[in-house]
Amino acid sequence: MSVTTKRLLLLLPTLIAFALGMFLYQGIGQDPNKMESSLIGQPLPNFNGQTLLSPSRAVTQVDMLGQPALINVWATWCPTCRAEHEFLVGIAKQDNVRIFGVNYHDQRTAAQQWLQELGNPYVFSVFDPKGVLGIDLGVVGAPETYLIDAKGVVIDKLIGELNDRTWPPLRTKYLSLLEETN
Amino acid sequence: MFKSVLTSVLFCLASLASLGLPLAQADIKSYEFAEPEMAQRFVDLTTVLRCPKCQNQNLADSDSIIAKDLRGQLQMLIKTGQTDRQITDFMVQRYGEFILYDPPFNKGTLVLWLAPFGMVLLGLWALWFFGRKTSGQGAMLTPKEQQQIAQLLADNQAQHRDLKND
Repeated sequence: MSVTTKRLLLLLPTLIAFALGMFLYQGIGQDPNKMESSLIGQPLPNFNGQTLLSPSRAVTQVDMLGQPALINVWATWCPTCRAEHEFLVGIAKQDNVRIFGVNYHDQRTAAQQWLQELGNPYVFSVFDPKGVLGIDLGVVGAPETYLIDAKGVVIDKLIGELNDRTWPPLRTKYLSLLEETN
Repeated sequence: MFKSVLTSVLFCLASLASLGLPLAQADIKSYEFAEPEMAQRFVDLTTVLRCPKCQNQNLADSDSIIAKDLRGQLQMLIKTGQTDRQITDFMVQRYGEFILYDPPFNKGTLVLWLAPFGMVLLGLWALWFFGRKTSGQGAMLTPKEQQQIAQLLADNQAQHRDLKND
């Protein structure tokens, strides 16, 4: 074995350690909770539900079609939902964003009262006290927000708070969907 | 004496067991099935399915809302006669492969599955590569050298014997 190859071989452990270091370094700061929703690119699941405000009003996924919209999973026991509520009311009023709610594992009276006090940004909220629709949507916890197109295909999903930092990238997609529809 | 030690050891083991096991499975036992075979499948599946909300807990261990919901869903699916395969497909369809503790072999998990074999191969190669020189020449002794070693060992032994006899 020549001297040069020997010297190169001595470098090998350093190189391996360096490569491993780079690999581990890029993992720092990554959110381990972030995961790709398997529903993206898929149509909304079929469901038969009732709205939060009137138990007699039956709704299905068809009631959410026709225009691009957001579907926001919320509950009164969820502090982050409270934090984002004002923002939702804002974009529903000022930007005319169509938002449907999924009231997740909640009590009807408490949820109704919440909307009365804090404002109602939703076209309607599906009342889902047992998380049945939640399972079909692949909901992990509240809040979660889905972006759907006019045909009900899920385009994107946000786990966590919708605010002026997380909304702009979704908004861009929402606006281009809106343009396609009109 | 021996008896008392034994009893205290047994007592410690018993209290450890009573602490650990029932805690982890308290909730699992409350799901009822008509057939023991179904109950066993329920236990098996809640062990290999991961709670989507949690980083490292399975459906059996987690107390989160979603884990409870999924346990209920699982019970329902088992009762309606779904196979294990159908059930895992149902879960993957909604929560992705994250939910499987035993990830399937595909393009995304290729590195994960093959890396250990690669490491072993690399190690074997390194063993061969760095070991071949010494085994070739270093171990070989000339007859003269071997004689010297034998002499040294004999002297050493003789010395030991003398010391002992003193």
